[in-house]
Amino acid sequence: MSNDPTHQFLVNKIVPIEIGGIDFSFTNASLFMVATVAAGIGFLYFTTGQRGLVPSRMQSVSEMSYEFIASMLREGAGSHGMKFFPFVFSLFMFVLTANMLGMVPYFFTVTSQIIVTFALAMLVIGTVVVYGFYKHGFGFLKLFVPSGVPGALLPLVVSIEVISFLSRPISLSIRLFANMLAGHITLKVFAGFVTSLSALGAVGVAGAILPLLMTVALTGLEFLVSFLQAYVFAVLTCMYLNDAVHPGGH
Amino acid sequence: MSVTLASAESTPFEIAQAETPADTHETPADAHAAQPAGEVHTETGVAHGGEHASGVFPPFDQTTFASQLLWLAITFGLFYLLMSKVVIPRIGGILETRHDRIAQDLDEASRLKAEADAAIASYEQELAAARAKGNAIASTARDEAKAKADAERAKIEASLQDKIAGAETRIAEIKAKALADVGTIAEETTAAVVEQLIGAKATKAEIASAVKSAAGE
Repeated sequence: MSNDPTHQFLVNKIVPIEIGGIDFSFTNASLFMVATVAAGIGFLYFTTGQRGLVPSRMQSVSEMSYEFIASMLREGAGSHGMKFFPFVFSLFMFVLTANMLGMVPYFFTVTSQIIVTFALAMLVIGTVVVYGFYKHGFGFLKLFVPSGVPGALLPLVVSIEVISFLSRPISLSIRLFANMLAGHITLKVFAGFVTSLSALGAVGVAGAILPLLMTVALTGLEFLVSFLQAYVFAVLTCMYLNDAVHPGGH
Repeated sequence: MSVTLASAESTPFEIAQAETPADTHETPADAHAAQPAGEVHTETGVAHGGEHASGVFPPFDQTTFASQLLWLAITFGLFYLLMSKVVIPRIGGILETRHDRIAQDLDEASRLKAEADAAIASYEQELAAARAKGNAIASTARDEAKAKADAERAKIEASLQDKIAGAETRIAEIKAKALADVGTIAEETTAAVVEQLIGAKATKAEIASAVKSAAGE
């Protein structure tokens, strides 16, 4: 392994596939997407296999994540938003599992690729826009016109609302991507200090203690960030879906 | 010289070998332009071309975007499908069952409580009835006893009254008889006293009138 901190984000082809001149190879990123699906679904499926009336520890983890997202969605988008529960729960579990898998050394972090987070964010915004127009027609545009704003300020407020709506997919995707990327680079840099300093002899080994402690602390922090970013992604998804379910009802 | 020539001769062959996989158009021209140092130049050129894909910051490498999008669509689609068809109904079912079970148990508990309340109420009622019945029995018994005692007392009183009346009449009879006897006794006594005093017998009539007059005074 090289010491280059960005090496971990390299996408390598495993099975080259090319369709119509476009590269659709099965890469290490694809492999870890598959692993994310297998781990996420596998955990939820096998821990609930007992269907215990009194849950085991692992079963209650699955139930807690279910009820966590369910209550989040109910609070965020009301009972009408519950039809999006499979979507939000899938997003949360996918992002969480991908983040957590990325914490394993030598594993590829799916969510550290901007295209992946951007695609997920566009999926959310696309769902909001499509459902909003399908359900409310042009009434969905009331989203951009807050009630109780004086007429003179209306053009300004509407343009601000439109810009903030358009920036949502960008902020949603970059937040997740940047957090995962920065965290992994920081970890790699501090871990790199440990190896390069300890190669310098006794003084270097003594000096390597500090970055080693930093690496341990950062690993803990990164686990927190992994969960937190999945949570934030899900919370914001609930908020945006609320706009699709209740436009104008802020 | 011969070494350089050999290397220069072998260069096009090497270029052909090296360049076929890569699609750069400038390197052959480069190699032609700088023939003496051709080998070195070509190799750096090839190395450069190979590095180009990873030269950009990996997450911004657009050549991987199409593949990542496709595989994300496949995997996330599968994830969503398995979630909505298998996992969510299963966990939802477990939670539903538990919820129902708890509600059922609560219903059962409230039913049992109502039953217990009813049992307590009927017990209280029966207790009150028994107490009332006991009171009634006691009071009738008391009344009966009292009535019987009253009757007995009245009977005894009546018989005592009879006896008193009988005794009183007898006393009156005896008194009257005694009073009647007093005259004759006085006459006899008087006759005896007179005989002793004067030695003569007084007539019966005289004595009787004397006694009468003495009794009259």
